Amino acid sequence: MLDKIGIAKRIAREVRDGYYVNLGIGIPTLVANYIPHGMNVVLQSENGLLGIGPFPLEGEEDPDLINAGKQTITTLPGSAFFDSAMSFGMIRSGKVDLTILGAMEVSENGDIANWKIPGKMVKGMGGAMDLVAAAKNIIVAMQHVNKAGESKLLHACSLPLTGKKCVKKIVTELAVLDVLPEGGFKLLERAPGISVEEIVKATAGKLIITGDIPEMVID
Amino acid sequence: MNKIVANADEAIRGIEDGMTLMVGGFGLCGIPENCIAALIRKGVKSLTCISNNAGVDDFGLGLLLQARLIKKMISSYVGENAEFERQMLSGELEVELIPQGTLATRCLAAGYGMPAVFTPAGVGTEVAEGKEVRVFNGKEYLLEYAFDAPFAIVKAWKGDAHGNLVFHETARNFNPLMAMAGKITIAEVEELVPVGSLDPDHIHTPGIYVHRIFQGERYEKRIEQRTVRKPS
Repeated sequence: MLDKIGIAKRIAREVRDGYYVNLGIGIPTLVANYIPHGMNVVLQSENGLLGIGPFPLEGEEDPDLINAGKQTITTLPGSAFFDSAMSFGMIRSGKVDLTILGAMEVSENGDIANWKIPGKMVKGMGGAMDLVAAAKNIIVAMQHVNKAGESKLLHACSLPLTGKKCVKKIVTELAVLDVLPEGGFKLLERAPGISVEEIVKATAGKLIITGDIPEMVID
Repeated sequence: MNKIVANADEAIRGIEDGMTLMVGGFGLCGIPENCIAALIRKGVKSLTCISNNAGVDDFGLGLLLQARLIKKMISSYVGENAEFERQMLSGELEVELIPQGTLATRCLAAGYGMPAVFTPAGVGTEVAEGKEVRVFNGKEYLLEYAFDAPFAIVKAWKGDAHGNLVFHETARNFNPLMAMAGKITIAEVEELVPVGSLDPDHIHTPGIYVHRIFQGERYEKRIEQRTVRKPS
């Protein structure tokens, strides 16, 4: 079973040289730490920055320089600032190659729910609806089951949707799965020490298993 | 051309109970601290605020919420604010949540003189309820209208008497968009500089969009999530 860092490391292997990538809050943010050295990747922050650098050293925090999670950050050589309309302009027009975000539920046709639990949590969608409606390639980083032990990979989402038919790939603590255009979660890899049976048990939606499923490589 | 006003209290004149205001900033970054304080002093009530976030409990727009001056918030993300949540759940506060890019683009449309835009954000979700859907090249888009707000309040780094503005780092965010969108735009700046000292090539918001400008004071610039790395 993978921990959060394991999920981040596995997703980092999906990043390609030359990509512009938007990372959501939580596990997706950790992906930045595991992008292979020597690979040219530019991280986009939807509050108006291309080229997110590491966190600042203590004493060097700049209140005018934050990421979309409102954390203090730094720039890198080649960074650029812009306003929020241009930020979503580059997202909407498909210039951002990869979006990695968390989810509460994903359905077998690629619907995603991650912004609202009616009656419980209403924080808002932030930029998630814009990102999932426009990004060419969306990878979801999440736990396979929720705290109650229920699958988050479903036939249909029960929570209010963030976007429809948009998720392409899911990486959980148990598995890597593709969401097929015709519907269904295609099992690609197992986490170390996890059996296909365990993944079947944790997946409520349509799971497609063909041939031997290899164990994932993360380091 | 001289748009300089003495202070925040003078800058917000004409803002009355029940009006709609656009307020710049992302989280607590790039928020018009002086004007927020002046609105509380004036005690204008039943405001509708269009702003990406609602501040935190004791800073930013959270201060207006605390003083019960806001009737409705139009935002994309409102976490991190217990008082906000309390007022929303008790029904004291009306909340309209809209996608962040839609919020930005509705400002842009207003500033560009376009009545509406089409965006894919929110198609197939509850955001789409009651909205016109059009198909372009086989993909669905929602019709979203330009904002129509009598006042926009923004915060810039530097500005001059003409109203030309320069923003700093990610404190730019929604500020230039809301500056374009307001019928009357109020800009508070950290530094009011002499006309001619800003390089015309480097101006983010041309002064035509700005009606009143003043140099703010005592900026707290609170950090919401202080994150640091260890020296390597």
